Amino acid sequence: MAENPSELHLPGPIMSRREALQVTAGAVTLAALPPETVAATSSSPAVVKNDMTLTMTVNGRIHTLTVDPRQSVLDVLRETLDLTGTKKGCNQGACGACTVLVDGKRIVSCLTLAAMHGGAQIETIEGLEKDGVLHPLQEAFVEHEGLQCGFCTPGQIMSGLGCIAEGHAGSPQEIQFWMSGNICRCGAYPGIVAAVADAAGRT
Amino acid sequence: MSASLIGRPLARVDGRAKVTGTARYAADFNQPGQLYAVIVSATVGLGRVMDVAAAEVERMPGIAAVITHRNAPKLPYLPHRAVIDPAVGERLHVLQEDNVRFYGQPVAIVVADTLDHAERAATALRVTYETRQPLVDPADRRAEKIVPEAATRARALADRSRGDADGAVAQAPVRIDETYDIARENHNPMEPHATIAAWNGDRLTLWSKSQYLVNEQAEIAAVFGLPAENVEVICPFIGGAFGTSLRTWPHVTLAALAARHVARPVKLVLTRKQMFFTTGHRPRTRQRVALGATPEGRLTGVIHEGMGETSRYEQFMEALTNVTDYLYSCPNVRTQYRLAQLDTSTPNHMRGPGDASGIFALESAMDELSYKLGIDPIELRRRNEPQIDEAENKPFSSRSLMQCYELGSERFGWARRTPKPRSMRDGRLLIGMGAATATYPAFHAPASARVRLLADGLAEVEAAASDMGPGTYTSMTQVAAEFLGLPPEQVRFRLGRSAYPQTPSHGGSWTMASVGSAIRAACLEAQAQAARRAVADTRSPLFEASVGNLEWSAGHLRRRGEASTGLSYQDIVARTGAPVEAEGSAQRDPEVAERYSMHSFGAVFAEVAIDPDVGTIRVRHIVGAYGIGRVVNPLLARSQCTGGMIGGIGMALMERTVLDLRDGRPVNAHMADYLMPVNLDIPKLEALFVDEVDPHVNPLGVKGLGEIALVGTAPAIANAVFHATGKRVRSLPIHIEDVLTA
Repeated sequence: MAENPSELHLPGPIMSRREALQVTAGAVTLAALPPETVAATSSSPAVVKNDMTLTMTVNGRIHTLTVDPRQSVLDVLRETLDLTGTKKGCNQGACGACTVLVDGKRIVSCLTLAAMHGGAQIETIEGLEKDGVLHPLQEAFVEHEGLQCGFCTPGQIMSGLGCIAEGHAGSPQEIQFWMSGNICRCGAYPGIVAAVADAAGRT
Repeated sequence: MSASLIGRPLARVDGRAKVTGTARYAADFNQPGQLYAVIVSATVGLGRVMDVAAAEVERMPGIAAVITHRNAPKLPYLPHRAVIDPAVGERLHVLQEDNVRFYGQPVAIVVADTLDHAERAATALRVTYETRQPLVDPADRRAEKIVPEAATRARALADRSRGDADGAVAQAPVRIDETYDIARENHNPMEPHATIAAWNGDRLTLWSKSQYLVNEQAEIAAVFGLPAENVEVICPFIGGAFGTSLRTWPHVTLAALAARHVARPVKLVLTRKQMFFTTGHRPRTRQRVALGATPEGRLTGVIHEGMGETSRYEQFMEALTNVTDYLYSCPNVRTQYRLAQLDTSTPNHMRGPGDASGIFALESAMDELSYKLGIDPIELRRRNEPQIDEAENKPFSSRSLMQCYELGSERFGWARRTPKPRSMRDGRLLIGMGAATATYPAFHAPASARVRLLADGLAEVEAAASDMGPGTYTSMTQVAAEFLGLPPEQVRFRLGRSAYPQTPSHGGSWTMASVGSAIRAACLEAQAQAARRAVADTRSPLFEASVGNLEWSAGHLRRRGEASTGLSYQDIVARTGAPVEAEGSAQRDPEVAERYSMHSFGAVFAEVAIDPDVGTIRVRHIVGAYGIGRVVNPLLARSQCTGGMIGGIGMALMERTVLDLRDGRPVNAHMADYLMPVNLDIPKLEALFVDEVDPHVNPLGVKGLGEIALVGTAPAIANAVFHATGKRVRSLPIHIEDVLTA
């Protein structure tokens, strides 16, 4: 994120969220050092180039990718693979717009490092339509007005798939609870619940 | 033509694009060779940039440029003031000076080959400041209240008066005199502001989130000193906006500036935190409402004084007190509007601007008065229902407020309500029922549209309009299909390009009134042209017929009264070669505008359940009944209304942007800390429409819906909270602790 270090009020080295994640994952790199240190130690490149190569299956297609270890799954999808159906709403894991399925589980892809998901199976909104036929949940979203502006919709649908697969779509109240990680600022919630309930009944 | 398409619940024509991820929003238009820009925002509330350690980050990997006020070119910033801009003041000139006017002002942009490189460098960039103490609290005694120097529109007046309101209130047998506060709110659409800028010589293309494409085009042309036709703005989809994309904010200039600097396309997306800095907010307000009434509940005097925050550099005005001028019958009414200039960025319109805030104060006060008088709140409003707009001394073009109350109260079950506060319970929960009036002006602005009838039988319709979610694509398709007599599948409506015929901003609930009327005009013009072609075509069965003797029926032209199917557009166009292309424009007849007072009205009912021990407030049921003229698509209209109610729940119980008074930093600039309704917060929501025919507002008879859908919900909830607890909360959002002390 593009916040200034002085905003963080942290003494000592400044680490971004992603770098902190790297540290906890045991993958400390020079990129995690404060800029002063970087400047002082650099004669040639300021930061050691530490891109990684990994494979990732996205919507059934295998991609061999060179990623920056700080890159989120979301940024890899949107900026590297140009799969822009998955949206960045907050980049803080608080809105759910970036929800995708990783190995069948719904996750917020903005808080998920691509580097940690080598070999993963990822499903995004672009992969649901098969041979021109919409997935029943996609159909249900249109039918029940589960959307207005449409920006949160890919995340809602992927989250809805997860919700159904988890067995959390037994009643409207249960759907409301288990879909509350996906914000819809237009307020299409009643339609979203109806769509998930309808699709859960169909599958 | 068979049954009218207008009024039919057509499913969204863009639904498939939105559920497959193929609908493209500004940040989805990745360009070949594009670089990424990230804004560095000021971390002080007032002062000067003393130093930017640009050299340190310029050495980092992938960095193409670090642009600050020191190396940014001086931009022409030619005069430009749109309807949507404050009438007094001047927009922020970005990276043109070292001054910091508010916390979060852009002080640099970093451009790099990848987003991660740009973010990393922007995070590392050290900026040092000379700092002064900003004033950001409108309640601070040092915050000087000023009389707004100009009105953005005639309806936002600083002072307005009829009769002797102060005298009447002072002498009234029954009086209410209270102060109401509303927190600053941020629009927080799901889609962050985003601009991708690409130069080709001195021509600039912007894929940019905008509710007002033709103004974004004109403004950026003025900023860079270009002819307007050199700038094209493209925005086919908007991920919600609620007003935040009406103005063109500094990041659009920054994206274009950066792209020119590095001679590559540049993508710039604001972070969620930055969405609290420079893209407007519903201003924090403080209002006083004083009511005087007879024991029978007739209003004798009304005073409404309101104050809203604004920035030091622009006087943002909204119609905070205007509802009080026309909502109820009263001979003595005085309204006053003032601004507090603070060291913050400029507010802007947010769904139901002015009216949503003003009506919270007025409708809370009316509810208070009803208890003081011992009169049912709805009956109190009935006793003060005006025959005409008493401020303007004009008849209403239509006003169905009492019908709305009747329809709504029946559906809601108002009759179940026992008048006494704390008198209704469900087990241990306190139950409260409240009602409030909603209203919003039925605006209309000049707009134009183009219709092209093609040889394959399709009709293309274009306008530089936007669709931020209400369903403009769908409803305009219906309007065009209706007036062309075609099935909707044969109409392709396009919007989202500044090069299309000009329309007003996509806000103020005037899109259907304005653009819809223009499309109607363009369709009629296209039919006239097609008819002229048909009668001039020697091979046509209608050759040399008099146009006056022809009629259109279900998209076919035939002699009046004749039983034959007639000629389709396809027949006419195919025979004559080129497509028929027609432009149409529409605006409100100034004479009609002068003659009538035009507003939508509605009645909102809310039921709340409150835990008496821990004070948690749950909204259980909301019913809104609206008189909005003709409903073009009931499916979309209901969605608009229930969505607006959800926005109203946020306003009533959750939303507030909190500033740190030391430096003006929004401390909850995060989607987990700026509370908004989530799925589990949503109760049963019902939107009803009364049958209302308004022959005056515009040829379509529509009065607008987007704003009134939110207006009225917050006071209905606050009034329900009082009914449940006996505790009157006069500040929004209502907190648990407000009712715990009941």
